[in-house]
Amino acid sequence: MRITCPNCGTRDRREFYYLGDALALDRPAEDAGLGAWDDYLHSRDNPAGETRDLWCHEAGCGAWLIVERNTVTHAVHKATLAEKVKR
Amino acid sequence: MRLQAPENMVTFTFDGRRIKGVPGEPVSAALLANGIKLVARSFKYHRPRGVMSAGAEEQNALVTVGQGAQAEPNVRATTLEVSEGLEVSSQNAWPSLRYDMMAVNDLISPFLAAGFYYKTFMWPRSFWEKLYEPVIRRAAGLGALSGQTNPDTYEKAFAFCDVLVIGAGPAGLMAALTAGRAGADVIIADDDTAMGGRLLRECEDIEGKPAREWVLDALAELDAMPNVRRMTRTTVTGAYDQGTYGALERVAGRFAPDKPLECFWRIVAQRAILCAGALERPIAFPNNDRPGIMMASAVRAYVNRWGVTPGKAVTVFGNNDDAHRTARDLAAAGIKVAAVIDSRDDAKVAGDYPIYTGAQVIATKGRHGLQSITIRHNGGTRMVQTDCLAMSGGWNPTVHLTCHMNGRPTWREDIASFVPTPQSIPGMVTAGACNGSFTTAACLAEGAAVAAEVAAGLGLKPKVTVPDADGTAYALAPLWAVPGKGRKWIDFQNDVHVKDIKLAAQENFRSVEHMKRYTTQGMAPDQGKSSNVVALAVLADATGRGIPETGTTTFRPPYVPVSIAAMGAGSQGKGFAPERFTTSHKASVARDAPMIEAGLWYRPSYFPQMGETHWQQSCDREVGYVRNAVGVCDVSTLGKIDIQGPDAAALLDFVYTNMFSTLKVGRVRYGLMLREDGHVMDDGTTARLGDTHFVMTTTTAAAGLVMRHLEFVLQVLRSDLDAKVISVTEQWAQFAVAGPQALALLNTVLDQDLDDEIWPFMACGEVGVSGVPGRLFRISFSGEHAYEVAVPSRYGESLFRMLTAQAEVMGGGPYGMEALNVLRIEKGFVTHAELHGRTTAFDIGMARMVSAKKDCIGKAAAARPGLSDWGRQQLVGLRSTNALTAGAHLFEKNAAETRGNSLGYTTSVCYSPTLQMHLALGFLENGRARHGEVIKLRDHLRDVTEEVAVCDPVFFDPTGGRARG
Repeated sequence: MRITCPNCGTRDRREFYYLGDALALDRPAEDAGLGAWDDYLHSRDNPAGETRDLWCHEAGCGAWLIVERNTVTHAVHKATLAEKVKR
Repeated sequence: MRLQAPENMVTFTFDGRRIKGVPGEPVSAALLANGIKLVARSFKYHRPRGVMSAGAEEQNALVTVGQGAQAEPNVRATTLEVSEGLEVSSQNAWPSLRYDMMAVNDLISPFLAAGFYYKTFMWPRSFWEKLYEPVIRRAAGLGALSGQTNPDTYEKAFAFCDVLVIGAGPAGLMAALTAGRAGADVIIADDDTAMGGRLLRECEDIEGKPAREWVLDALAELDAMPNVRRMTRTTVTGAYDQGTYGALERVAGRFAPDKPLECFWRIVAQRAILCAGALERPIAFPNNDRPGIMMASAVRAYVNRWGVTPGKAVTVFGNNDDAHRTARDLAAAGIKVAAVIDSRDDAKVAGDYPIYTGAQVIATKGRHGLQSITIRHNGGTRMVQTDCLAMSGGWNPTVHLTCHMNGRPTWREDIASFVPTPQSIPGMVTAGACNGSFTTAACLAEGAAVAAEVAAGLGLKPKVTVPDADGTAYALAPLWAVPGKGRKWIDFQNDVHVKDIKLAAQENFRSVEHMKRYTTQGMAPDQGKSSNVVALAVLADATGRGIPETGTTTFRPPYVPVSIAAMGAGSQGKGFAPERFTTSHKASVARDAPMIEAGLWYRPSYFPQMGETHWQQSCDREVGYVRNAVGVCDVSTLGKIDIQGPDAAALLDFVYTNMFSTLKVGRVRYGLMLREDGHVMDDGTTARLGDTHFVMTTTTAAAGLVMRHLEFVLQVLRSDLDAKVISVTEQWAQFAVAGPQALALLNTVLDQDLDDEIWPFMACGEVGVSGVPGRLFRISFSGEHAYEVAVPSRYGESLFRMLTAQAEVMGGGPYGMEALNVLRIEKGFVTHAELHGRTTAFDIGMARMVSAKKDCIGKAAAARPGLSDWGRQQLVGLRSTNALTAGAHLFEKNAAETRGNSLGYTTSVCYSPTLQMHLALGFLENGRARHGEVIKLRDHLRDVTEEVAVCDPVFFDPTGGRARG
């Protein structure tokens, strides 16, 4: 598997650390309530198809990336800098 | 027998016998040239077997190469190159290949039918693992591993290209030429020692000249193109995601001291062209496995390419036009063709040898080598004397790679075989015989056309020119199994015959996948290269379905066996595992300190002195240095993260539970870091060197984790913060100087004497260390008056030597990890033994460190009710007069030591020379309320039971006066 890092170009996946669903971007407020925090911490879909994950180019530039890929075809569509994502 | 005496011969051995061969030719050719028919014993029945093919599809002639630790089993004699001194031995036979005791299996074969062990060895159950399986495994099998460490070197490598051409026969060469001429970066890989594929093995012309000359011209042209890379001896073994292909290269010159044996490649190609050719399939007729019965195409390959004739009187048995090439080529080479048997009534063939059409081979004779065959013809039978029978049941396109990503091949009736389904592998196209196009003309044309398409798709402008070649169509009438009695072998490598497959169908293992598992047909290492289609046809017949409905089993990578050593090249022993050394490493080793691993780092365990016979003595002495004089310890392995920017303090407030924005410049504060789920992630001190400049320390173990975490916070959660972080762990060498004499010791190396007023506990700042700008932190992990002094790494070793030398003058010296651990346990300081991922700030008694004034990572989740219940297991100290163990469970004094009664466990233990008793840190239910009670410690693993007294985890100097004073 290779991911095209916006800073470094196409690199082998061994350079990257995988975190999980990009839902981690949407951190609830401190007082959002236990339900919202439980969801944020623990509830994840396990889709057969398109996913949006957070990866860190740890052995490269250190950038956190949002990688869009397909768990069925194994296609890696796109990687964007998490820093640049508007929330 | 050789047709001509070769000029250059070398000697190798087969089962100790010295054999002459031509360097580079396959060992199978040399064996056949020397009249050696019996080469192996079969997997299950130990039947005598000989060379069957001339390539990677060989099922019978598996041999062991080399001896002792270097022995490599199950090497195909057909792809093993002859070289001087090569040691080849047969396998799966005892005491010898000719007189194999296990051949008794063949006599009792009716009891060993497919699936026999599922039925026979059912009872008693416990016998399976201890008795039946080992016995079966020893009796059935291939070569054995030596069990020793492999001393050979292997390599792995990566390559990238526009176009990967897999196979270098007529289609592959044309594809490479066309793509190369168009300017694409091409890699062409072929598993043979020379490129040309079947063109090297057939007698035919291209462009009016012998095909072998055309091949040489093509190779010369490819070699002249800088954008083309040719890889011989390289088998593409698998197709993977994103245009990645695995390939195994057998490096030329086996056992050459300066070269690896094999190299495993990962080739990344924008596009791939599969030109893998086709494999000839056998016909199932009674006793079709005798040494001397071979594939027809292999027989003529040995004659045409290596000048070796596999027999003196050869017979040919086929169901297609191609088989007659063998008779024609052999006759042209002056070899006696004793008979040609074509199963087709309407076969139109001519030749200067006896030809039987509408005939079949129904029996064979010759246990250690074929002697005669019996032909059924015109309602009668006829026996023919022959020592080599060339058989051909037609050709199977090599579709394997197209199936590696769940693709299923498509049945083609006219060639009675499977062809690749288009787009089975993204980016891969197929051409030539692997596509079912069997004539040379079609291979050349398809190779060129497909490559032109691929090149155009890459934005290049290809030209297509196709040389003239033979385009005579190939016709066959399917013949899978000859009717009649006797075992008709289908999968020679796994000893599966027609009856086994019928038995599977009869026992309702009718699905092709079930049949495979019941009979072991098509299992490793051969993966059914030659046997699959025949087996499916027999299964289809037995179940009354057509072959397309029956389907085929999945072809999985690798196409040929790949040694684990090649895939794991560079990972033997320590392999490429990084090692991190502190600047004091050499000095520590010079003091005979045993170095222990701490993550990737190596740290001194203790520094032994003359007369000390046990680590405990050294450790106790080193603890004494710190408690009574002064000790020096390299703490450079702790993570050091430099944090700068206007929002540096805000970042720290967000990642630590406690407040850092209130920290004064020139001061250090202990910080506790949570995971977002509310559990403790790491701890450490952070120093404020300037208004917008901090240096954070992390534990050695979590340095990488914390760094990544900070980047996550800055980039993902709080991209509004203007701060940058960078690891400076390796830039600074840092030493703890601890003990009542710490100040005095430091003053011997600092440019200016320290003033206790200006440098109180938890102060930090810049200092001159023997003229070098350094940093000083007054922090203590031992509970003593202590400092950590840091200098740029290049001065680390000399500073360590200066500090330790001075410490020794003052009655102290260096201390290692053992002493460091004792010192921190005596003080109740936690490490990752306690912060093991399941403990909360509440559990370790630091709930008050979670600031109410701000949000921080983990704050919301830490507030969940379950994470601060008084019933939770809380950090406590435990004391005893006897030795304690870590990992032991805690029980009420009189409770049974069962899992349900466990109240907690110990995490760290030591003998405290300071307090002269054994100490432990651990977690105990409601522990903070139980100080003073006596409970029971029980270690089931080490069989230790002790009564322990519960106390505060800070065993020594609970008010902390020594560190502050």
